[in-house]
Amino acid sequence: MFRRTAFAALAAVAALTFAGCGDDSPAASSPSSTGSSTAALSGTINVFAAASLTGSFTLIGKDFEKAHPGVKVTFNFAGSSALAQQIDQGAPADVFASAAPKNMDQVTDKNTPTTFVQNTLEIAVPAGNPAKITGLRDFADKNKKIALCAVQVPCGAAADKVFKAAGITPQPDSLEQDVKAVLTKVSLGEVDAALVYKTDVLSAKDKVEGIEFPEAGKAINEYPIATLTKAPNPDGAKAFVDYVLSDQGKAVLTAAGFAAP
Amino acid sequence: MTLHADLRVTRGDFDLSLDLTVEPGEVVALLGPNGAGKTTALRAISGLLPLGDGRIALDEEVWDQPPRVFRTPERRPIGVVFQDYLLFDHLNCLENVAFGLRARGVDKQSARAEATRWLDTVGLSSYARSRPRSLSGGQAQRVALVRALATSPSLLLLDEPLAALDASTTLHVRAELGQHLQRFTGHTLLVTHDPLDAMVLADRLVIVENGRIVQEGRPTEIARRPRTDYVAQLVGLNLYRGTASGTTVTLTEGGTITLAEPATGPVHVAFPPTAVSLYPEAPSGSPRNTWPATVTGIEQHAHTVRVRLTATPTGPTTLLADITPAAVADLHLSPGQPLHATLKATEIHTYPSS
Amino acid sequence: MPLILLLPALLGLAFLLVPLIGLVAKAPWSTLPSRLFSADVWDALRLSLVCATAAMVVCLLLGIPLAWLLARGSFPGRGVIRALVTVPLVLPPVVGGVALLLVLGRRGLVGQHLDAWFGITLPFTTAGVIVAEAFVAMPFLVISVEGALRAADPRYEEAAATLGAGRWLTFRRVTLPSIAPGVVAGAVLCWARALGEFGATITFAGNFPGRTTTMPLAVYLALETDPDVAVVLSLVLLIVSVVVLASLRERWISGLR
Repeated sequence: MFRRTAFAALAAVAALTFAGCGDDSPAASSPSSTGSSTAALSGTINVFAAASLTGSFTLIGKDFEKAHPGVKVTFNFAGSSALAQQIDQGAPADVFASAAPKNMDQVTDKNTPTTFVQNTLEIAVPAGNPAKITGLRDFADKNKKIALCAVQVPCGAAADKVFKAAGITPQPDSLEQDVKAVLTKVSLGEVDAALVYKTDVLSAKDKVEGIEFPEAGKAINEYPIATLTKAPNPDGAKAFVDYVLSDQGKAVLTAAGFAAP
Repeated sequence: MTLHADLRVTRGDFDLSLDLTVEPGEVVALLGPNGAGKTTALRAISGLLPLGDGRIALDEEVWDQPPRVFRTPERRPIGVVFQDYLLFDHLNCLENVAFGLRARGVDKQSARAEATRWLDTVGLSSYARSRPRSLSGGQAQRVALVRALATSPSLLLLDEPLAALDASTTLHVRAELGQHLQRFTGHTLLVTHDPLDAMVLADRLVIVENGRIVQEGRPTEIARRPRTDYVAQLVGLNLYRGTASGTTVTLTEGGTITLAEPATGPVHVAFPPTAVSLYPEAPSGSPRNTWPATVTGIEQHAHTVRVRLTATPTGPTTLLADITPAAVADLHLSPGQPLHATLKATEIHTYPSS
Repeated sequence: MPLILLLPALLGLAFLLVPLIGLVAKAPWSTLPSRLFSADVWDALRLSLVCATAAMVVCLLLGIPLAWLLARGSFPGRGVIRALVTVPLVLPPVVGGVALLLVLGRRGLVGQHLDAWFGITLPFTTAGVIVAEAFVAMPFLVISVEGALRAADPRYEEAAATLGAGRWLTFRRVTLPSIAPGVVAGAVLCWARALGEFGATITFAGNFPGRTTTMPLAVYLALETDPDVAVVLSLVLLIVSVVVLASLRERWISGLR
């Protein structure tokens, strides 16, 4: 009994592994700016995208699968620098969408990237703003609990620029790995304020309130997207990027709070 | 200051019902076969096992009286010597002996001085810093004894104190232990299955079988008048129950014995194995007690051979005879062999069954 | 030793030595000295050692009584409690961190009262690190000590009682010394587990150099930007752990004397 189950498990794992290396019949696809392709795509497209793209890209992925039945889009959402590392170490990614050009530059085997959206920072506070945060100045208050992204991550680098521009020295209590971790701390009410992207505030809906601040304009994050030269599914990769840049893709991104590049 | 212990304990299928007293300075031995309940009784008196019913008290101090009164062992003025000694391995001998004193609040220095004194009395002061592991059986027994005595308890309890020793050490240690117990002024209760321990060490014996007292008294009395097979076997006697009318006793298990002096009513009949002689044929000029018998077993003892026989239906069902090895050879004794057994009436001891 | 046992044994050993070999081989030996003596490294190391030791102490203070309860207590539901005690072993550490937040966080079930009445908050503090580490490491200690207590001979405790020792004295002077090897083994496992803890720590206590950035966190962060630094940090942590564990004399753990 046990042996049968073990064998079945092994077989399943093997199947999944081989499914993941989706090397498909090369279909001739003619890319068009509207994103609809007449050629048949198949297999899986692995998209590595910055954490801040979680909501929007998931929706785009679903739309893409509807437009191309038989294709599966899988996502790996994490801090952009972690993703760049993984790709350099040989992770089988087809597409990379980063939250900053710096992390895109870390990746060597890529085709020319395109900037597809911009994101600006916003102050996030728990619903009801219990600590009565008014602006960036509060981030220098030792008595307030503050969470920021670690400076190695794009949102952390942007925050750093913003604070320097405003001449404020922040007193954070925690420097998180990616912007989603920061957001979680805010929605749980563990911190009084944090700096996240506009898109993050929107995605957290009523758990989190956003406060805009003037210096945000000093550090706008440009998001580049690129297909990778070692992509297991190059046609799928191209098709996906085209879809992101298309009107349909743009609509989803704008709704999520991103600005046009 | 008498110890009164009216013990009623039930453990699973077994139930114990004993009534014991121990006078100050007295050494009482609880003797009985394994499973008789002796250790249960000792554990109850030491407080390691609560009574189901009954009462344990030292004069006015009540130690256990269900349902309301129960004193845990640490609050009873007792000292216990366990069968396996249970000396603390991680402490040296001096610390072991001092343990009880320290536990009762004596300061370290005084406790150690007192402990040293006690180790002296058993000649083990040079082992003060040694660990129990390095002691021989006899030495460990002595340390266990003084550990229990160091707190000057009112009651000393010993559980099979010589059981863990080999035969040659036992003789020596038994004698020493006897001296210590005589010197001890408190009450002593000793539990053993070895009749020799009981006979040598105790002032009074209490025989326990199946959770009940079957006989008690001074060792010599019990040896002369055993009441149960167990005791009779212990003291090496043939013991029977029967009904006497005149000089004839009809044994309960069958057969008859003729007495030298008349008696009436239910009686115990006892005689030592040495009173029985064996002949290949019925002897002439015979004593009145002569029966055909068959050999069922032969045991070699120190200087004699003990033969088990059955003399049914005219005589006792089981019979023990002690004869010399020479006689064994003469008779060509072997199991199953038919013989005649005779018994001198003058060596028969009769006493009424109670 | 029979070959059929020797080969897998060697394979197993090689498997376990993989981290050490990999780190030593890939370490940036030329730049090692300069990286080694940065304040961040020593901060993280110091914090790691302090928190792991403190977590071990917490586990000893709470875990030994708990083990006693499980080994000697006789109350209904003992089996359930024992199962609950082992939950942190199977729970993914991050889930543990989230659970800790939900109870001891600022708005947590208990945390909100701690904050309101005593002004104590645990997240983002060194104390929070200790709590997270103690949480994941406690089962090791409890299981080890419970096992030792079960194996201990209760007759010695009876002997102590007849000598006049009350229950606390008996526990201190008779029971504890007899289970010492089990306690030491459990404490060592506990310390080692606490030292390596990452998921619960980063979720519950967050990450801030000098306050909550332990070595595992520092390694993970460094991996983002400068893998060489990550290798150096890993090597340091590995060497320190091996030195500490190897210096524990075997007899303290196995009880051989």
